Amino acid sequence: MSRLLVISESPHIHTGDTTQRIMWRVLLALVPAFLCAVYSFGIGALIVTATAMAGCVATEFLIARYMLGRRAPFVSVSAMLTGVLLAFNLPSNLPVWIVLIGSVVAIGVGKMSFGGLGCNIFNPALVGRVFLLLSFPQQMTTWPLPIVNRLRYADALTGATSLTQIKEGVAGAVDWAGEAIGATGGSLGEVAGFALIAGGLYLLATRVITWHIPVSMLLSAGLFSLVIGNDPFVELLGGGLLLGALFMATDYVTSPMSHSGMLLYGVMIGLITVVIREWGAYPEGVSFAILLMNGATPLINRYMKPRKVGEGRRDG
Amino acid sequence: MKKLTFRRGGVRLPDSKLTAGKPIVEVEAPEVAVVALGQHIGRPARAVVSPGDRVARYQLLAEADGFISANIHSPVTGTVKSIGPVCGANGYDIDAIIVESTEEDRDSDRAMMPVRVRTDVEIAAMSPDEIRRAVRGCGIVGLGGATFPTDVKLTVPEGKSADVLIVNGAECEPYLTSDHALMLESAEEILKGVEAARRACGAAQAIVGIEENKCDALRRMAEAAGGYPATEVVGLRERYPQGGEKQLINAVTGREVPAGKLPIDAGAVVVNVGTAYAIWRGLAYGEPLVRRIVTVTGPDVEGRGNFRVWNGTAVATLLELAGASAEQGSKLVLGGPMMGHAAINPDAPTMKGTSGVLLLPPSMSGRLEPDACVRCARCVSVCPMGLEPYLISTLCRFGRVKEAREHSIANCIECGCCSYICPSSRPLLDFIRLGKSKR
Amino acid sequence: MIYCISEIVLPAAALGVLGALAAVLLCVVVKRFAVVEDDRIGMVEELLPGANCGACGLLGCHDFAVECVRRGGPEGIVCPGAGEEKMSQIAGIFGKDGAGKAARNIAVVGCGGAYAHRFPAAIYSGPKLCRIESRIGSGPMSCSYGCLGCGDCTSVCPFGAIRIDPVSRLPLVDEGGCTGCGKCVEACPRNLISLRPQGPKGRRVWVGCSNRQRGAVARKGCSVACIGCGKCVRTCPFDAVEVRDNLAVIDPAKCRLCRKCVAACPTGAIMTSNFPAALSNQ
Repeated sequence: MSRLLVISESPHIHTGDTTQRIMWRVLLALVPAFLCAVYSFGIGALIVTATAMAGCVATEFLIARYMLGRRAPFVSVSAMLTGVLLAFNLPSNLPVWIVLIGSVVAIGVGKMSFGGLGCNIFNPALVGRVFLLLSFPQQMTTWPLPIVNRLRYADALTGATSLTQIKEGVAGAVDWAGEAIGATGGSLGEVAGFALIAGGLYLLATRVITWHIPVSMLLSAGLFSLVIGNDPFVELLGGGLLLGALFMATDYVTSPMSHSGMLLYGVMIGLITVVIREWGAYPEGVSFAILLMNGATPLINRYMKPRKVGEGRRDG
Repeated sequence: MKKLTFRRGGVRLPDSKLTAGKPIVEVEAPEVAVVALGQHIGRPARAVVSPGDRVARYQLLAEADGFISANIHSPVTGTVKSIGPVCGANGYDIDAIIVESTEEDRDSDRAMMPVRVRTDVEIAAMSPDEIRRAVRGCGIVGLGGATFPTDVKLTVPEGKSADVLIVNGAECEPYLTSDHALMLESAEEILKGVEAARRACGAAQAIVGIEENKCDALRRMAEAAGGYPATEVVGLRERYPQGGEKQLINAVTGREVPAGKLPIDAGAVVVNVGTAYAIWRGLAYGEPLVRRIVTVTGPDVEGRGNFRVWNGTAVATLLELAGASAEQGSKLVLGGPMMGHAAINPDAPTMKGTSGVLLLPPSMSGRLEPDACVRCARCVSVCPMGLEPYLISTLCRFGRVKEAREHSIANCIECGCCSYICPSSRPLLDFIRLGKSKR
Repeated sequence: MIYCISEIVLPAAALGVLGALAAVLLCVVVKRFAVVEDDRIGMVEELLPGANCGACGLLGCHDFAVECVRRGGPEGIVCPGAGEEKMSQIAGIFGKDGAGKAARNIAVVGCGGAYAHRFPAAIYSGPKLCRIESRIGSGPMSCSYGCLGCGDCTSVCPFGAIRIDPVSRLPLVDEGGCTGCGKCVEACPRNLISLRPQGPKGRRVWVGCSNRQRGAVARKGCSVACIGCGKCVRTCPFDAVEVRDNLAVIDPAKCRLCRKCVAACPTGAIMTSNFPAALSNQ
C-alpha cells in the first residue's frame, strides 16, 4: 500500500472558523470606536492603545515562554485584544508607565496566573482596569476633554464625565446626543456610542456573539434606571455600559455557557451597574458589575443548564 | 408550503451536494463479490452455504441470527469461493462470503429481468404481518446509514402504538445525494413502499420530510403523493442533523422522543426513502436487498455521481469508475462527512449501509491542531440534544465517565455538530464516544 | 479615663471572652467528635506504596491498612506493590512473623511488532490515544492486533513502571517498579498486556504476539508475528504450549523455562526475560 489514507473520528469537515479568526473579528469591530477615540483624543488615544497592546502582548509572551515553558507564538491575538480593551477603559492622558502596569496585571494576574487562554475566571482587561482604578485613583478619574486635546498628551486639559456630573448633581449639563457621537469626556472606548453599536452589530452579524448578553444587560440597566427615575439614555450611552455590554461582558471565557445563563448574567450586570452608579461610591460601575458576575459564572454554569431534549417538558 | 425544522440546536452546513440532480448510473456486478455477514446492526447473519456451492443471484447466503439481525443474499450468480475473514474498510477483519462469477454467470445475470411476484392489488391485500415477514425475508435494513433491521422497526411492541410513519428524505449530510436521486427517479415506487410500511406498522398517516435544498425532489414527491390520501409530503428547512430520527420526529410532528426511549415512544416510526423503495421492490418483485444507490463524490472526483451498486463491490472499483484516485494523505469516507467512517482499506466491499463514498483531498483530510477551549458555548448552542459537549468531553477525557453519565452522555446522538463548530477545533466527539463506549 | 475603658479595655475584654468561648467550644468539639483510629492503621499505611493502585483487591492503601487491622494482620491479603520485606514488617506490627507470600505478578506485553517489523497503513489525525485509534480502525501501522504505541498503558500506571520505547514504539515494563496491579491490562484496548508470575530470577517465556489471523495474513502485517505453525507445541517437552485461533499461548504453570520453543519459532515471536545474555532476545 503505497498511498496512505488519513483516518480520524467523524466529523470529517469543520467550519474553518478558528478562535484566532474570531478574535481578529472582535479587533476589527473595535476599529470604528478606536477611530472615534483618535478623533476625540488625538495622540493620547494612540499612545495609550499602542502601549497597552504592546504591554499585554509582551507580558503574555514572556510568561508563556519563560515561566510556563510553552511554545508560544510571539504575538498572541488574544493578548492584543485584551490590550485594546484595557486601553479603551483608560483615560487618554494616562502616563505610559501606569498603562504598562495595567497591562502586566491584566495579563499576568488576570489571565496567565490561572493558566492562560480559556482558564481565567475574570475578564483580564477589567482586572487590569480595576487594579489601576484602585491603585491610581487620581490619574484614573481625571478625564481629558475631547477635541481640544488632540495634540496634547501628558498636559491635557481635563474635565468631568457625564456620569461624574450626574453624581455630583450637575445633571443639567448632560447632553446625551453628545455622548452618542463622542463629543464628551471619558475613557477611550466610552466616548462614541454609535461606533460601539456598529462594532457590536458586526459581531452579531458574524455570529461572534449572540444577542443574549448585550440585550439583557442593556434592557435591565435601562429599565432599572427608568424605575429609579434616571434618564435611561444617559445611563445607556454614558460611561462604559455599551463597551461593557458589547465587548466586555460577552467575553467567551468568563461568561456563562447556556442561553438562560447568559440572560441571567446580563440582567444581573445591568442591575448591579445601575445600583453602583446610583448608590455606590464610584460614578461608574460597569467594570465591577462584570467582574462580580464573572465570579458568579461557574455557579450559573452549574445551575442553569440547557434543557435536555427529551427530558422534563415534553411535546413542547 | 411551510418549512419545518427541529427546535433545539443544529447547524447549517455548506451542503456541497456536488452530485445533485445527477441521474442514477447502473454499475455492473463485480466478478468477485465480497458479501459481508454483518451488514446491519445486531448479530451477524449465519452462513447457509458452504465453499464450492453454486449460488444464483438473489439466493439466500446467510440467514438472520436472532430477532435483531437480517438475511444476506447473493448479488451475483456464481460459486462460493470461501467463507471467512477478509479485511474490512477500517482495517479489522470482518467475516464475509466470497462469491466468484464467471463470464457466463454474468451474462445470465444481465439477461435476468425483474418479474412481478405480487400485483398492486395483492400487495394492498397483504396483512401487516405478511408485509413484515416479506420484508424480513428480503433482508431489508434501514438504508439511511444505521442499518437497523426494518421488520423490527415496523413491529410495534405490545402496548404501544404508532400513529404516524415518518419517511426520511432529509438527507442532511453534505455531499450525499443518493436519496435525492432516488426520489427524482422513483417517487411513485417510494410512495408505494411507504404505503406498505405504513400499513405494516399500523400508522394512520405517513409524512415524508424533505429538505428544501432538494426542491425538485420535493415537488416530484408532492405530485406523486396526490394519489395517496394518507401520505403527506412536507418541506423541511435545511439544517443538520435533520435526518436524525429524533430531530426528524421533532421537525415533522413537534414531538420529543423521551430521553433513552425509541421513536415508537413518541408514537412514530421512521424509515428512510431508500428503505421504502427497497420494501416496494421486495414486495412487488421479491427482490432482496442486494443493491443500493451510492453517491461517489468528492471535490476532486471528476466522474462523481450516483451509482446503483451491487453489494460486495469493492469501494476501489467505484472510485475507479468515477475516475477518482486516492493520493497520499487523502481521506476516504464511507457515508457522509459528518457521521461517516474514515476507511483504511479501499478494497473493502460496499454494504447495505454504504450511502456514499467520499474522497476528500489531502487539503481537507486532516484535523486542525486543537487550541485551548475558550468556552465560546457554540457546542452548547448547536447540540441538538441540549447537552453540554465541552463538559462531557472533558469529563470523558479524564476518565470521569460516571459524572459524564450524570450529564446525560447517553443522550448524545454523535451527530458531530460540536466538533464541527468548535473554533478551537477540539476533538469533542472523539472523547464523548470514548466515554459512551466505556462500561 | 472613660475613653480609655470604652476604647481599649472593653474591646479587649469582649474579644478575650469571645476567644475563651471559642476555645471552650473547640475543646468540646474535639472531644465530642474525635475519631479514634487504630494507630496501627497509620503504621501500616506508612509501609505501603501509597499509590492506591487497587492490586490488593481493596479500594486503596488506606482500605488495605484498615482491612489489616480488622483481620488482625495481613491475613489473606497482600500488597504486591510493597514487596516481601515491607509485608513482613506489616505482619510484624501485628506481632506476626512473615506475611502471606504473594506470587508476584509482572505485566508482560504480548506484542513484539516493533516499528521496524511492521509498515505504515494509514495516517492518523486526532488525539493520540490508543483507545480512540483502535475504535476507528486497525490503526496507523499494519497488523490489526498489534500495539498502537500511544501509551494508554503508561498514563494509567501508578508506579511509572511502563514506558513507550521511542525506537520500537512498544511498551517496556520496568520490572523493579511493576507491582502487577493490572491497570495497564485494563487500559490496553487491544488486550495486549497480561500478568504473568514473575518467575525464578525474573525469568519468563511468553509469546510476544496476539494476532489471531491466519499465519500468512499475520505475517504480511508483521515480520515477528506468531503464525500459529505449532512448531513450539511440538518442541515443548512439558506440554506447556497450545495454539488457539492461530496463536500460540504458553502456560506459565507448566513452562519450565527450557526455551526450546524460542529456538524453534520461525518468526521469533517468543519472548524471554532475564536469561543470561547469550540466549536472551530482550
